[in-house]
Amino acid sequence: MSDVQELVIVGSGPAGYTAAIYAARAQLSPTIYEGSVTAGGALMNTTDVENFPGFPDGVMGPDLMDSLRKQAQKFGSKLITDDIVEMDLSGDIKVLKDGSGNTVKARSVILATGSAYKEIGLENEKRLSGRGVSWCATCDGFFFREKELAVVGGGDSAMEEANFLTRFATKVYLIHRRDSLRASKIMAERAQANPKIEFIWNTEVIDVLGAEKVEGLQLRNLVTNEVSEKKFDGLFVAIGHVPRSELLVGQIDLDDEGYVKVVGRSTNTNLKGVFACGDLVDHTYRQAITAAGSGCSAALDAERFLAGH
Amino acid sequence: MSAAQPVTTATFEEVVLKSTTPVLVDFWAEWCGPCRAVGPILDQIAEEHAGKLKVVKLNTDEESAIAIKYGITSIPTLNVFVNGEVVKTVIGAKPKPALLKELEAFI
Repeated sequence: MSDVQELVIVGSGPAGYTAAIYAARAQLSPTIYEGSVTAGGALMNTTDVENFPGFPDGVMGPDLMDSLRKQAQKFGSKLITDDIVEMDLSGDIKVLKDGSGNTVKARSVILATGSAYKEIGLENEKRLSGRGVSWCATCDGFFFREKELAVVGGGDSAMEEANFLTRFATKVYLIHRRDSLRASKIMAERAQANPKIEFIWNTEVIDVLGAEKVEGLQLRNLVTNEVSEKKFDGLFVAIGHVPRSELLVGQIDLDDEGYVKVVGRSTNTNLKGVFACGDLVDHTYRQAITAAGSGCSAALDAERFLAGH
Repeated sequence: MSAAQPVTTATFEEVVLKSTTPVLVDFWAEWCGPCRAVGPILDQIAEEHAGKLKVVKLNTDEESAIAIKYGITSIPTLNVFVNGEVVKTVIGAKPKPALLKELEAFI
């Protein structure tokens, strides 16, 4: 492709799609690479979204993303359901390659690749992934009817996962390494009020047991140092996220945890013409609405940049 | 999920276990987003490699006995059957280049 695009957006989800809406309305004809199997981002794996403003009766995550997507298309965004697998953001003209082998060039790029589930980091956790170890209750909970499950984590995601899993499981043990939760009060209360959920405090998972599938966990109590084993049919890990910045290492300023650094409250990165938004940048708030807000900012920052060049 | 031929408890033996060519069974469900995402990719692979690899789909809600039999605990799960045995398992939606790599022995 020899044409140089005004703007390419890498990643979809509230940040990417909102950036596309604003950029399209600014007549930048944005192309958005939404991801071949990850289009729509994190909210595709959730059910009811109760806290996105504008929806007093809540909205299903995939439906919300579908609406954003349609809105982006309505104003003329070009949506490509593929991944960007390589990026060279160093020059005035950025060069990107997609999963099908095509090259695209752009004067400006908005990075909105979001984050991935954090793993505990155990070898057997990886080995048994999909065989009883999961990071997505809505994806896999269905297969654990009448089973006893463990959820690891102390934030809203862990509460959400645990509550959701009680639709299928007979019992859900919420394992947390401290004695208090960082989850929002409403979510913590819901989990605590759920008769099928039992909390295991001050405990970490040190191994996942089972040959062909999860059969149990090895746990360590962080107060007494006592190691124990407990039978479980499944482990759902909900301990947070890591930014999807693997393709950017070495070419853009990242913080110690791999999040893309931006200047102040803007979406400007250290590279001219490159803007970043959503969970790729934010490790403080990480909400759909804050991601959407930053996507808008990124489009406006990109527009101003392009107008000045 | 793909546009591939659906397979059921009644047709599983004939279509999958007794097939002379490798068969990829796409275990999916209506409510599974990643299953829908990987569907079109499987359709492309099926078309591009017709004759070498057959692709069929199995709805885990409707045919839960088979899903349980093959120990499915996460979808999408893609099981490749050769001579009635599962010889390859791919769990989770993967982009096309990654899937092609996983399936290279059969295509």
